[in-house]
Amino acid sequence: MSRVIYDGQAIERGDLSVLDCLTEHGINIPSSCHSGLCQTCLSRAASGSIPARAQTGLKETQIAQNYFLACVCYPEHDIEVAMEDGVNKLPALVSGVKHLSADILGVHLKPQHPFNYRAGQFINFFKDENTVRSYSLASVPELDDELFLHVRKVPGGQVSPWMFEHLKPGDQVQITEPAGECFYVPGKPAQNILLVGTGSGLAPLYGIIRDALQQGHTGKIVLYHGSTSFGGLYLVDELRTLAQKHENFSYVPCISESAVPEGYASGMVLDVVLARQADLSGWRVFLCGHPEMVKSGRQEAFLAGASMSEIFADPF
Amino acid sequence: MSVYDEIGGEAAMNAAVDVFYRKVLKDDRIKHFFDGVDMARQAAKQKAFLTMALGGPNNYTGEDMRKGHAHLVARGLNDSHFDAVMENLGATLKELNVPGHLIAQAAAIAESTRKDVLGK
Ligand SMILES: Cc1cc2nc3c(=O)[nH]c(=O)nc-3n(C[C@H](O)[C@H](O)[C@H](O)COP(=O)(O)OP(=O)(O)OC[C@H]3O[C@@H](n4cnc5c(N)ncnc54)[C@H](O)[C@@H]3O)c2cc1C
Ligand code: HEM
Ligand code: FES
Repeated sequence: MSRVIYDGQAIERGDLSVLDCLTEHGINIPSSCHSGLCQTCLSRAASGSIPARAQTGLKETQIAQNYFLACVCYPEHDIEVAMEDGVNKLPALVSGVKHLSADILGVHLKPQHPFNYRAGQFINFFKDENTVRSYSLASVPELDDELFLHVRKVPGGQVSPWMFEHLKPGDQVQITEPAGECFYVPGKPAQNILLVGTGSGLAPLYGIIRDALQQGHTGKIVLYHGSTSFGGLYLVDELRTLAQKHENFSYVPCISESAVPEGYASGMVLDVVLARQADLSGWRVFLCGHPEMVKSGRQEAFLAGASMSEIFADPF
Repeated sequence: MSVYDEIGGEAAMNAAVDVFYRKVLKDDRIKHFFDGVDMARQAAKQKAFLTMALGGPNNYTGEDMRKGHAHLVARGLNDSHFDAVMENLGATLKELNVPGHLIAQAAAIAESTRKDVLGK
């Protein structure tokens, strides 16, 4: 059996992840998704070897410095976890909050230090020292001088309802550096791009689309945004205007459960997509939002011909 | 030189994974074994499968194959499913224009794992 060594103390790991093992012994490491996605639990190994799975999605430079994700780290041998803070906290100023719909809050942030990111990546937002959640960036560095988040109110949640109630312009908050692979990469300007989102899954897609357009993408860019009801869709006017301005961009809002007005598609967003985009060979695909949608979307896009390496997704 | 190197190593593998895994997921005889497995992670495993079948660099032992498929054997994995995978492997390599003698070599390597995969 292997052990986790921290602050001179050696703890039997059993079947637990390094994160759960430390948490059980009263050592608090911030965490959020518990599935290796959000990078909140980023830690550094002072010694010991790190399984590849625990470094998936990290930058080369982080890997070289033995950083790893504690929530998905199950090492075979002893590992010593460094004591210093893993994640870098950066101060940011709340510069605006605005309802985009009844249950989506637009949050504008101004980082207080230079901040390099790609539209569609995500940051981690600290409500307090140990309560952290990830939010995707809908802003585009070349177009916007602030960061935009779309926060969906999750009933009973610890952070999102709190943001709806308490966040106001002038607040000082803490965030992390951006992370994630869901962004536009130039170099194939004529490739067709399919983007599928539900709820606040529109946030990264909105960023990616505007980024692709401002970088002069010429291939088709097709966005499907789904919600159960009319009220769950947002930025509809902005997206329609964008579609009028750019011939290669089209936007299909989809409603699955309630009355469907003219100009909207009826059905679950993925069903609508599959009915209209039968052949995805050569396409680049982005899927963001409901985990079930993302999971079946991945498989369906792949079966429709998209290459596995051209499918990007953030389930949340 | 292994079949793996002859068909172009790691780079060829990426193309082969797409073709192979699409066939597997569309094959009614075996696709249910892949229900619920996360595609993103599965891609890496499929690559491991192909790399191994083609004699490329891997550290899998017969024992690993036994353990890795034990939960599938418990769900009824048998010779007919193994044959289906072999068929998809052959069809994939053919589609990628791999010469016949190399396909035969790959099939022989994959075939050699049958007892372990099926837990016999
Ligand atoms: C990469 C990534 C990007 C993301 N981007 C966005 C984005 O752009 N916009 C966005 O809105 N969200 C995004 N998310 C999701 C976001 O990080 C949060 O998960 C979300 O806001 C919910 O947080 P919360 O604190 O409000 O809810 P939580 O407190 O985490 O609760 C979530 C749900 O679990 C239930 N719950 C909580 N505790 C318990 C318990 N003890 N027992 C039973 N049920 C419980 C709650 O009732 C609630 O329904 C993203 C997530 C990831 C991983
Ligand atoms: C032809 C010989 C075969 C070889 C060489 C082989 C090889 C492998 C390898 C290397 C892995 C990855 C193990 C890991 O890293 O976790 C794997 C996993 C898997 N194999 Fe096979 N395999 C074979 C046959 C089959 C057959 C016949 C089936 C079912 C029809 C099958 C279904 C699976 C599944 C579902 C997994 C994923 C297990 C999981 O993650 O739950 N394999 N295989
Ligand atoms: S908590 Fe470990 S990556 Fe999210």
